[in-house]
Amino acid sequence: LRKAFASAIQETPIIWLAAGACSGCSVSLLNSLSPRIQDVLLDQILPGHHLELAFHPTVMAASGDLAMQAMYDTEEKPFILVVEGSITTADGGRHCEIGEKDGHGITSLEHVTRLGRKAKAVIAIGSCAAFGGIPAANMNPTGSKGVMAVFKEQGIVTPTINLPGCAVHPDWFIGTVAAVLLGGPESVKVDAQGRPEMFYQKLIHDNCPLRGHFDAGRFAEKFGDPYCLYKLGCKGPVAHANCPEKRFNSGTNWCIDNGHPCQGCVEPEYPFDQTMWGTVPIKDATPPSLYPPIVTDLKKSVDVTPAYAALAGVAAGVVGAQVLKKKPARHEDSEGKE
Amino acid sequence: MATKIVIDPVSRIEGHLKIEVLVDDGVVKEAKSSGMMYRGLENILLGRDPRDAARIMQRICGVCPTSHGLAAAFALDEAYGVAGSITDNGRILRNLIQGANYVQSHILHFYQLGALDYVDVAACADYSGSDPTLKKVKDFIGRGHLGPFVPRYEGDYRLSKEENRAAVAHYVEALNMRRLAHEAVAIFGGKMPHNMSIVAGGVTAAPSVDKITAFLWKIDQLLDFIDTCYLPDVLLVAGRYSDYFGIGAGCKQFLSFGVFDMDSDPDLTKRHRYFPQGIVKGADLKLRRLDPDKITEEVDSSWFVNHGAVHPYEGSTVPDRDKAGAYSWVKSPRYDGEVLEVGPLARMLAAYAGGDKEVQGLVNGVLQQFNASPEALFSVLGRHAARAIECKLVAEKLKQWVLQLQPGQPTFTDFPLEVTSRGMGLHEAPRGALGHWIVIEGGKTKNYQAVVPTTWNAGPVDSQGQPGPIEQSLIGTKVKDKNNPFELVRIVRSYDPCLSCAVHVVTPRGEDLGHFVVGGEA
Repeated sequence: LRKAFASAIQETPIIWLAAGACSGCSVSLLNSLSPRIQDVLLDQILPGHHLELAFHPTVMAASGDLAMQAMYDTEEKPFILVVEGSITTADGGRHCEIGEKDGHGITSLEHVTRLGRKAKAVIAIGSCAAFGGIPAANMNPTGSKGVMAVFKEQGIVTPTINLPGCAVHPDWFIGTVAAVLLGGPESVKVDAQGRPEMFYQKLIHDNCPLRGHFDAGRFAEKFGDPYCLYKLGCKGPVAHANCPEKRFNSGTNWCIDNGHPCQGCVEPEYPFDQTMWGTVPIKDATPPSLYPPIVTDLKKSVDVTPAYAALAGVAAGVVGAQVLKKKPARHEDSEGKE
Repeated sequence: MATKIVIDPVSRIEGHLKIEVLVDDGVVKEAKSSGMMYRGLENILLGRDPRDAARIMQRICGVCPTSHGLAAAFALDEAYGVAGSITDNGRILRNLIQGANYVQSHILHFYQLGALDYVDVAACADYSGSDPTLKKVKDFIGRGHLGPFVPRYEGDYRLSKEENRAAVAHYVEALNMRRLAHEAVAIFGGKMPHNMSIVAGGVTAAPSVDKITAFLWKIDQLLDFIDTCYLPDVLLVAGRYSDYFGIGAGCKQFLSFGVFDMDSDPDLTKRHRYFPQGIVKGADLKLRRLDPDKITEEVDSSWFVNHGAVHPYEGSTVPDRDKAGAYSWVKSPRYDGEVLEVGPLARMLAAYAGGDKEVQGLVNGVLQQFNASPEALFSVLGRHAARAIECKLVAEKLKQWVLQLQPGQPTFTDFPLEVTSRGMGLHEAPRGALGHWIVIEGGKTKNYQAVVPTTWNAGPVDSQGQPGPIEQSLIGTKVKDKNNPFELVRIVRSYDPCLSCAVHVVTPRGEDLGHFVVGGEA
C-alpha cells in the first residue's frame, strides 16, 4: 500500500542552476518556515507532490562528474529549472563555468540556454536571475543579464517567472513553486515584470507602518530617528512586494522595522544608479501635498492670444491712420478726451 | 601512471570551485584549485555613493553577507572618520549580528555542507523507530527519488547504523537550527541573508528589552544544539575517521585579522578584539604581530594580466581568460611572500597562542580525547574541530554581549558625506581573514578592494611555485579510490570554501592608483 501510495505522489525534479550568484537565495530558502526546507526536500511540498532536488551544487552529495551526471540525467525528464544568480555573457560567458566537457568548462550561459529549452518551467530566483541584479549594476563588467533577457535573445519561450528580491523571501519561492505544481507556470498571474502578483502587487509604501509619519511630514534625518525613512533613501514608494506583511526570517523582522530604508531590491532598477540612498519620486498625491501652501502661485501668463493681437492691431491702425492723415481731411472726426 | 582527477563542480561549498589533481601511484602529486566564476563586484561600486558598499558588498556571498557588510562598514567608518566614535550599542550590535551568523555558518557548514561526506543517509532506509524525522527520511528513501542525497561517492562511510541515523536526524535538526540562527541575526539585522542593519557609523537597529530577550533565548537553543549535537557529532566523526587527523595538513601557517570588537579604537591593529589578530607559524604556537603592509597578491596563475606580487592596491588587473598557464579566477595572496591559511583553525590557533584560557581548554580537551599532539590540529579534522569549538565559544559570548546592550542609547553616529579619504576594514569572516579597502574622493567611491578568506585558502600557485593552502593540503594525499575520491573532497570541504567571495576581486582597468597605506591613518 505504501508503495502504491508512494507512486501516487508526483515527483518533480528541480535543477538548481547557480550562475553568477552569491548563494543568498539558496540560504534564504533554507530559512523557509512553513514548509520547512526539510519538508520541502524530504516530504510532499503539497499533498501529492514531491520536489526532488536533483541538482543543487551547494547541498548535493555528489561532486564533479557525478554531480554533472545527475544534471544530465534529470534534464531528460520533465523538470523545473531554477536559476540563481545572473547569467554572465561577457567574453562568451566564460566568467562563470560549471562542470567540464572536453577539457574546458561549460559556461553558465550554455547551461541556462540548454536547460531553459528543456525545462517545463523556469523560475528565475533572486534579483540577479530576474533582472541582472547587483552584478549587472554600473558598468556591468561581466555582461550580466537576467534569465528572461537571455531567453529573449536566444528565442527561448519556456514560461519563466521572475522572483526578484535580494535575497528572495522563501515564501515567495515556495508559493510560486506550489502554484506551478498545481496549475502549471501559466496559471501564475504575473505583472509586467514577470513577477507573481500574489507577492509583488502591493506597494511597500502603501503598507508601511511608518506611513503615518510620512503623511504627517515627519522624516528621519539620520539613522536612529523613529520617523519615516523616505529622506534616507527608502524605495518603499516604488517597491512592490509584501515584505510588510510577510517579514523575514519567520516573521522576526524586516528592513523598515529595523530602522533601515527599503532598498527596492525587487525592482528592476535595483541597485539604482549612483547611490542606494537617493530619494525616489512619489507617484500619488498624499495629504501634505493636498494642503494649500501659505502662498499659492496663481499667476497667469499674459495671454498673447490672437484676440489681443487683433485688438492691439486695430487700435494701432486707427491711431496711426489718423495721425498720418493730414490737413486735407476736412470731414474727419477728432479724437477728444474721454 | 598518473591519472588526472577533475572534480568540477565541487559541491557542498559556496560558489564555483574546480579541483584538478594529478594522482600518481595513489598519491596526489599536483593539485590545482580553480575558482570558476568572476563577477567584478567592486567595479560596480566605483563612482557610487560609498555607503552603498555596506549593502552591495554583502552580495559577495549569501552565506556570510554580514562579514562583508561589516568589513565594508569598518572601512567606511575609517574613511568617514567615525571609527573611533562608534557607540557601544553599535559595536555590540555589530558583534551580535556577526556572531550569530558565525553560529549559522558553522552549523550550516558542518551539517549541510560537510556531513554528507561522513554520514550515510541510506542507514535510515530500514528505520523502524518512532522518530518522526527519521521516519520521514525513511519514507523519502522509500519513494526512490533521492536527490540531493544521491548520487554520491560510495564506499567510505564508517559510522554505525545507529550513529548514522542519529547524524541524519541531527542533519535535519541542523536545518532548523541554522534557520533559528538566522532569525537571531534578523532580530538586530533586519533580515537574513543580506542584513539591513549594519551601516557606516553603526547600526540602524534599535535594541529593546524584548529583542534582547528573544535573541538570548534563540542563542540558548543554539547552544543546546551545539552542546548536545554539534560538538558531539564532530567528536564522533573524528573518532571514526581518526586517520583524517593526518590528512590535509596544508601550509601549517595561519593568519587572523581578529574579530568581535571589544572597543572602538580607530586603529584596527590596536583595537582590542575577542579573537585576536596575528600570525601563527607551525606548531610553535607563537602569536606574531600582523603587519598589513606585508600583504601582497599575485596573479601568475590567475586569469588576469600579469603584474607580479603587489600590494592589493597597486598594479592593474585586467581579466584575461585565455592566459597561458593560468587556471583560476582566484588570485594568490601572500604575506611576506609566504602562504598563509585562514579560517576557524587560524583563529583558534591565534587565540590559543594569544593566551585565551577557554580556547586553550577546549582545544587541549579535544587533543586529549584523541591523545593527539598539536600537529594533529593541522588536518581535516583539526579544521572541523576548530570550527565547532569556535561556534560554541561565540555562542557563549553572544549571550553575554547581548546583555550589555543599552536600550534607548544611540546606535548610530552621524558623519558628513563630502569627504576625500580612505579607510580599511579588517576582520574575520566565518571562513577566515577578510579585508576591505575604500578610497573616497569628493564623496564618491574612487576605488574599492577586497581580499577575502577563500582567496587566501583557494588561491592558485604563485610565481615562486608555492601552491595555495588547499592545493598544499591535497598534495601528498593518498587517494584510495579514484572513482570515489573522498579524501579530496573531504580535504577541500574542511576549508569551508566560499568561492563567490574569492572571485569578486577586480581593480579598475589600467589605472595606477598610487600607494595606499594599509593599517595606517586615512
